[in-house]
Amino acid sequence: MGVRNFVAILPVDDISNAACEAVANNIQGTLALPHAYGRLQFGADLDLHFRTMIGTGSNPNVAACIVIGIEPGWTRKIVDGIAATGKPVAGFAIEQSGDIDTIARASRKAKEFVHWATELQREECDISDLWISTKCGESDTTSGIGANPTVGNMYDKLIPQGIHGVFGETSELTGAEHVCVTRAASPEAAEKFMRTFKAYQDEVIEAHKTSDLSDSQPTKGNIEGGLSTIEEKAFGNLEKIGKKVSFIDVLGPAEEPAQGPGLYFMDSSSAAAECVTLMAAGGFVVHTFPTGQGNIIGNPILPVIKITANPRTMRTMSEHIDVDVTGILSRELTLDQAGDKLIDMVIKTSNGRMTAAEALGHREFVMTKLYRSA
Amino acid sequence: MAIPHLLVHDKRDNVGVVVVEGLKTGDEMLCVVTEDNTEFKLVAKHDVPIGHKVALTDLRVDDSIIKYGEDIGRVVAPVGKGEHVHVHNLKTKRW
Repeated sequence: MGVRNFVAILPVDDISNAACEAVANNIQGTLALPHAYGRLQFGADLDLHFRTMIGTGSNPNVAACIVIGIEPGWTRKIVDGIAATGKPVAGFAIEQSGDIDTIARASRKAKEFVHWATELQREECDISDLWISTKCGESDTTSGIGANPTVGNMYDKLIPQGIHGVFGETSELTGAEHVCVTRAASPEAAEKFMRTFKAYQDEVIEAHKTSDLSDSQPTKGNIEGGLSTIEEKAFGNLEKIGKKVSFIDVLGPAEEPAQGPGLYFMDSSSAAAECVTLMAAGGFVVHTFPTGQGNIIGNPILPVIKITANPRTMRTMSEHIDVDVTGILSRELTLDQAGDKLIDMVIKTSNGRMTAAEALGHREFVMTKLYRSA
Repeated sequence: MAIPHLLVHDKRDNVGVVVVEGLKTGDEMLCVVTEDNTEFKLVAKHDVPIGHKVALTDLRVDDSIIKYGEDIGRVVAPVGKGEHVHVHNLKTKRW
């Protein structure tokens, strides 16, 4: 179930961004999704590129999709992947036509899609149909006290009602992985989690680090906000999955859940835009984003709801915040009340309320790349 | 309930988090353990910004800092009760 009806103009590769942006300029009500990759990738990195492209076009918040690439082969692969959802999709290749002719043909098709998408009406759905993701950013100690447990309270209430949920940030569980693994619903999910966690440590962190990462993780913003170590950050992070629910499966980056309703863990970077882009490609339609110091991220196709418990952030940058839970710090708001406040905002957002990030035009679409291209 | 200055997650913790702006040296803090709502008082020995941690006991080098009832790192410089705990005296045990 989707909560938006975007007509996306999706480039297969970096050099097709200009044509996509031109189509989006020509036709109101469309949304170009420029990005930096898509050329000479191979192996697992190429698989992830296709999975992210097809997943983004297939997201229920996208009503219809135009795909533009430099050549027809990879363009067709992405079009066919999106077409499997049954939604309108059309592909255009630039070679042997040039930008101008391609833009003209793609614009005509995009206009048809806009008319079709804007005739669709909202329908009442059960809350159990929602797929709600979470990832926090520019966290501080107030995240672990207030904003993250608010998301956890939401999951404790909504997962039993049948929603799909997902959390991620593999490296940001460092120091709390032994507690996280106890939240696996089965020995298989636990084993898969530890294998995924260890692979990220060995292949990403250990393989490339030049120090103890204290200049990167925690971030400078985290440290300004009072977080001192990765372990402290990790235990705060884990507050987002509440006290009762357990995760039923571990997803690869941008992988769609296949085990039915419940909470999932997605292997992902802790960088906000990368992680949220992967969750959107996995099919999630509403995102809950707790912040301490005030991460301003949004996503083009996934409404990002911001929650903060930090009164300084609320005082200095409230235009970025959708749900104010500062009352948790002053003991004027219980966690249970805060969770209900967030659920109320999830429902409002699903019914069409624009989030702060949407109103401010934050459309960070950032592909994850695993290694250098050939 | 009066508005607390410092919140502590778990009874086992040896640090708490300042949750008000403008805390000054010598201020007597109302501290609340969120796990069971128990209260105690503690005098701040530094000006500590909102979100930053304060030691609940004297801490020696190589002691573990406990928060959420869990080990979040190693003390690398002595810390007195009521003093600021952060990257200058607390380091990760990982990476």
